[in-house]
Amino acid sequence: MFEAILLTVITASTPLVLAALGELVTERSGVLNLGVEGMMIMGAACAFVAAQLTGSPYIGILAGILGGGIFSLLFGFLTLTLVANQVATGLALTILGLGLSGQIGEAFVGQPGIKLQPIVFPLLSDIPFFGRVLFRQDLIFYVSIALVVGINWFLFRSRTGLKLRAIGDSHASAHALGINVIRTRYLAVMFGGACAGLAGAQLSLVYTPQWVENMSAGRGWIALALVVFASWRPWRILAGGYLFGAVGIGQLHAQIVAQNLGIVIPSQFLSALPYAATIVVLIIISHNRRTTLINTPASLGKPFVPDR
Amino acid sequence: MKKLIIALAASAALMGGFSTGAVAQEKKKVCFIYVGSKTDGGWTQAHDLGRQQLDKALGAKVETPFLENVPEGPDAERAIERMARSGCALVFTTSFGFMDATVKVAAKFPDIKFEHATGFKAGPNLATYNSRFYEGRYIQGQIAAKMSKKGVAGYIASFPIPEVVMGINAFELGAKSINPNFKLKVVWANTWFDPGKEADAAKALIDQGVDILTQHTDTTAPMQVAAERGILAFGQASDMIAAGPKTQLTAIVDTWGSYYIKRTQALLDGTWKSEQIWDGLKDGILTMAPYTNMPDDVKAMAEETEAKIKSGELHPFTGPINKQDGTAWLAAGEKAQDGVLLGMNFYVEGVDDKLPK
Repeated sequence: MFEAILLTVITASTPLVLAALGELVTERSGVLNLGVEGMMIMGAACAFVAAQLTGSPYIGILAGILGGGIFSLLFGFLTLTLVANQVATGLALTILGLGLSGQIGEAFVGQPGIKLQPIVFPLLSDIPFFGRVLFRQDLIFYVSIALVVGINWFLFRSRTGLKLRAIGDSHASAHALGINVIRTRYLAVMFGGACAGLAGAQLSLVYTPQWVENMSAGRGWIALALVVFASWRPWRILAGGYLFGAVGIGQLHAQIVAQNLGIVIPSQFLSALPYAATIVVLIIISHNRRTTLINTPASLGKPFVPDR
Repeated sequence: MKKLIIALAASAALMGGFSTGAVAQEKKKVCFIYVGSKTDGGWTQAHDLGRQQLDKALGAKVETPFLENVPEGPDAERAIERMARSGCALVFTTSFGFMDATVKVAAKFPDIKFEHATGFKAGPNLATYNSRFYEGRYIQGQIAAKMSKKGVAGYIASFPIPEVVMGINAFELGAKSINPNFKLKVVWANTWFDPGKEADAAKALIDQGVDILTQHTDTTAPMQVAAERGILAFGQASDMIAAGPKTQLTAIVDTWGSYYIKRTQALLDGTWKSEQIWDGLKDGILTMAPYTNMPDDVKAMAEETEAKIKSGELHPFTGPINKQDGTAWLAAGEKAQDGVLLGMNFYVEGVDDKLPK
C-alpha cells in the first residue's frame, strides 16, 4: 500500500517539479513569467495531439517541449523586445494558452490517449520496493530528477550560470560588464517554457492520458507558488514539489482512513495545506531580510532597456 | 441641398424598412451558460449535446449562443447578465453554483425567461429543472453489489451539496437491497473538474481496497484509472465507454435535448411558465448507457429495476430507511418527499463517510 501511495505521489509531483524548475531559471534571470499555466496547457495539448497523430508518446514529449518553448517566445518578444509589463503579459499568456490549447485539442477530446510506458532496467527494477518505486518510472520522471541536479550545477557551479544570476540580480551591472542581457533572458524564458511544456506533456501522456480543455487545472499556479516556497533553490523545488504532491494524495487517503476509523477530518482543510505552507514559508523567509536578499533575484520583474 | 435631404430621408426610410423586415424574421435567442468546456466528456458536454439537438430541431426559429468555462461565483453574475443583455429570450444556466447569480439577473430582466439547472430557487421568470439522477444511481448500486467481490465500492464525490449526497445515498440503498452488508467509501475531491485530482482519488480508493468505482465529477479520468487497474466502474453524465470499453458497467447519461426542445417550443408558443421541473428516467431526461461487462442475470436485474422505476412501481427512497446514526427516517412503505430529497443533508445507514459540514 505504501508503495502504491508513493507511486501516485511521484506522478502527481513530477509536473509541479518540472514547471517550477523552468520558472526558477526564468526568474533567476530576472524575468517574472506568470504564464506557466498557459505554457503548461499548451504543452499538454501539443503533446497529446502529436502522440495521437504519430502513435509515439516520445514524439509527443518532443512536441510538448517545443509547444511550451515556442509559446513562451511570444512572452519573450513582448516583455524583452517590446518591454511590455511582465505581470500583465504573463497573465495574458495564461489566458491565451488556455484558449489556444482548446482549439488545438478540440478534435481529440474523448480519444483514449497513449500512455508513456515506464522504462524497465534489468535487475534494478526488480529490487523490492526501492527498485519498483525508483527504477520503474517513465522517461519524464528521470528527466525531472536530472534537471534538478543539472540546474543546480548550472546555476551555482558554471560560469554561464553565474552570468545568468548576475543578470537576475542587476541587469544594468551585467550589461556594463558586456553580458548580453536580452539574449540570456530570451534563452531563460524559452527554457522555462520548454519545462512547462514538458510538465504539460506529463499531464496528457502519463498522469491522465487524455485531452480535455483546462486539464492543467491550476497546476501552473501551484508551480509558481513553489518557486517562492523553494526560495529560488532547485533542491528545495524537488522537496517542495514532493511535499505538495504528498499532501494532495495523503489527504485523499486520510479521508478513507478516517472513514474506516469513524472520525471526521475536513477535506477542505487538507486541500488548503500546501497553500498555507507557502504562506508560512513566505513569512519565514521575509522575516530574515538577509536570506531574502541572498536568494531573491533583485531585478525580478523589472524591465530592461539597453542604452544605445 | 434639398435633394440631398430627400435622398437621405429616402434611404433612411429604406433602411428602416429593411430593418423592420429583419426583426420580423429574426430568430429568438436561446442562450446557454456552461460551467465547463463543451467538450469535457461529461456534464457540460451533455448539456451541449442537448443544445445541438435543440438547434437541429428548431434551428429555423431559434439561435443557440453559449458561453463556456464560466466560473461559479461573482463572475457568473456578470457573464449571465452579459448574455441576457445580448438579446436572449430564454437563458439556461447549467450548474448548481449559478443559482444565486441567476436569481439576481432574473430579477433585473423580468422580460427574459431563465431556467436554472439543479437548483431550488425559482421566480416569476425563473424556472428550475433537474433530473432524477438518483434513479440511475440506485440501479448502479444494485449492479455494484452484484459485481463487487469485496462488497466495497468507491465513490468520488465533488462537493457536499444535496444533489451529491442524494446520489451517494441512492447508490448505497441500491447496493443494500442486494447485499445488506455492502460498504461505500467516499472521497471528496472538492472539485467538479480536475482530471489529475479525479485520477488521484480513484487511485486512492483502489489502493484502499475498493473494486468498483463510481464518480460524481466531470471527466473520464477515474474511468481511465479503473481500466488501467482492471476494476469495474460507472460513467457519469455522458457515456464514457470509450475511456473503458472493458470497464464501464453502465453510465447515467444526461439527455437534456428533449427537455430543451420542449421548453423552447413553449417559449415560441407563448405558453412558457415558471415551473420547478424534476423529470426522471420515464421522461427521458436521463437514460442508462448500455449495460456492459456484466453477466446476463445482472443485466436482466438492472433492466427490470429500470423498468420498475419508469413505471413508478419502485421509488429508490422507500422506507424502511434509517439515517446514518441509526435513527429512523422513513417508515416501511413510506416514500421520501421531493422537498426532503432536494435539501438532503444526511447520509443513510451503511455509508462509511462522515458528511463534511
